[in-house]
Formats: sequence, C-alpha cells, structure tokens
Amino acid sequence: MTTIKHRIRYAVLLLSVLVALGVPAWAAFAPIDTDSPELVLEIPTGTFARRQAGEKFDLIPAEIRLTMGVKDVLVMQNHDDVPHLFGPVLIMPKQTFRLPFRKASTYLFTCPLHTSGLLTIVVDPEPERGWARLRWRTAAAVQATAWL
Amino acid sequence: MAVSGALLASSLLLFSTCARTASTSELRGGVFDPPRLAPDFSLKSSNGSDVKLSRYRGKVVALAFGYTHCPSVCPTTLAFLAEVRRKLGAGGTDFQVVYVTVDPERDSAERLNAFLTHFDPTFIGGTGTPEQLAKVRKDYGITVSDKIFVETLPKSEYFLDHSSFIFLIDRSGQVRDMMPYGVSADDMEHDVKVLLAK
Repeated sequence: MTTIKHRIRYAVLLLSVLVALGVPAWAAFAPIDTDSPELVLEIPTGTFARRQAGEKFDLIPAEIRLTMGVKDVLVMQNHDDVPHLFGPVLIMPKQTFRLPFRKASTYLFTCPLHTSGLLTIVVDPEPERGWARLRWRTAAAVQATAWL
Repeated sequence: MAVSGALLASSLLLFSTCARTASTSELRGGVFDPPRLAPDFSLKSSNGSDVKLSRYRGKVVALAFGYTHCPSVCPTTLAFLAEVRRKLGAGGTDFQVVYVTVDPERDSAERLNAFLTHFDPTFIGGTGTPEQLAKVRKDYGITVSDKIFVETLPKSEYFLDHSSFIFLIDRSGQVRDMMPYGVSADDMEHDVKVLLAK
C-alpha cells in the first residue's frame, strides 16, 4: 500500500516537473500560430445608455498590446446605436474601423471610453525564439487574464 | 496544484493566441467600413475666400487639423503631406490638402496662408470662430486640449495637444481612410493612389 502511494506521488512529481519545464520550453520555442492578425474590440449595444445613466466603466483595457507579424491589426466595431469615439476616431453606429500597424512602437490615443481618458497601444516587435518569445507569451497570458 | 496551475497557464496561452476574423482592405491606413459621407463645413479660407469641403468633390482630399504655432507635429505633418504630393507627380493635381486650425485665436487667414505656402502653395487652410471650429472637430472626432502654458514663455505663447491624424476623403466625398501620425510617405502615397484610381 505504501509502495503504491509512493509510486503515485512519484508519478505526480514527475508529471509536475515535466509540465513545469515543458510549458516554458513550448512557450519559448514553439512557433506562434495565429489565424488572423486582427484584434477585435467591440462597443456593445446600450453603451451610450449605460453611460448616460451615470455608470462608469472601462469598456476596453487602458493598455492594449499588439505584436508585429502576429497580431498587428486593431479592429473596432461599434454595435451601439450612436456614434462613439475610439481615440480621436469617430465611429458611426454599425461601422467598423480597421487600423493596421506597420511599426513597433507605443501609440497614445485620447479615448473617452476610458475613465482615464487615455488608451495606450503598445506594438511589440515580432518575438524571436527564446526569452523574447517566452516573455511575449507570458505578457499575452497576463493580458488575457485581465480580460477574463 | 502544480498540474492545475500549468493547465491554467496553458489555457491562457492558448486563449491569448485566439483570433477573430474581419474584412481585409487594400488600403494601408485605418479604414472605415462602411465609409460615411464627410461632414461638410464652410470656413474662412487661408486664401481670403471661403473653403467649403464639398467643393473638392472629384478630388482626393487629405483633411488635417493643427495650428501654426505648433513646434513639431504640425510642421512634420505638413512637410509629410508636401512630400506625398510631390511623389504623386502629375496625379498630385487631383490631391487637395485642407488644413483646419485648432487655434482660431492666433491663426488668422493670413497667418495660415503664410504657414501653408511655406510647405506647398496649393494647400488650403480653414479658420473661423471658435464655435464653427468646435463643430467641425466634433463632426470628425478631433480632440484638442486646453491651452498649455510654459513658465519660461510669455502668457501669449501656449501649446495645444490635438489629434494628429490625417483623414483621406475620396472623390465622392466619403471618409475612407485615417492615417495616424508617423506613417510613411510611401504608405500614404499608396492609399492616395488607390483612392485616386477609383
């Protein structure tokens, strides 16, 4: 009985070590697959009404990270019934605005969608294999966590 | 615990690489789909008459906002637009730059004219009352800050933060494209040529 318990513990330990080493290795060296270069942000129906009612909320993160060669096109869709400003760009109801980035840099936009009034878009260079790719995947995971 | 943590990390990594689809475009700038008719305006022109946007139907219009006391972004934008027009060669005759001030207090028609002519004599400036210009900015979603004073300069000198995008309006008067500050002249020339060809 004790031997079985030891074997189970050993297996769990081994599996944990494999996962602990395997996930970072995969994140550092696996190619980045993406079926679309676009990051789509949406203004839902009723956004204007919610704001008119005094509700304060951030519709999108104050900072968005994009990556050259992976996800470097920002798409904004206005599903609301009134025009909305995205940065300085006025988007009509049911209109889509598609902005491709062609250079890694940090872009600052005034954005009334945020209580802070600012939207920062960081466009990272295409991550090379190794630390750069691991860091990029970690940052992407953190950003995804923020949206959950 | 370690296993569940790793699984969560893997899920997040996979989630972060998920993508969604949308339409593609032959234009390199920011594209509006569907395009909308450019809100018309009539302002006092830098050449002394009136500048009415709809008068330029049949041409491709680059609409930009700025002010003549701007130390960096506005001169760079205008030099950029002049370069694009030069690159267009003969096609440049169907390309019109309209530059609307965000600083009516200091930008008279005469001052605008002298400023714009320095870059390209075909550029047209627009000025007006603060209310007229506020209406134009609202129609295009242009933001401008309150006056920014610097301690070392006299009170008559101030700066303004403002949207630095350039809108491209096609021959039929539709807002088709938005070029952020910092794009290359090649990309701008490409998009203007695409719109000129339609």
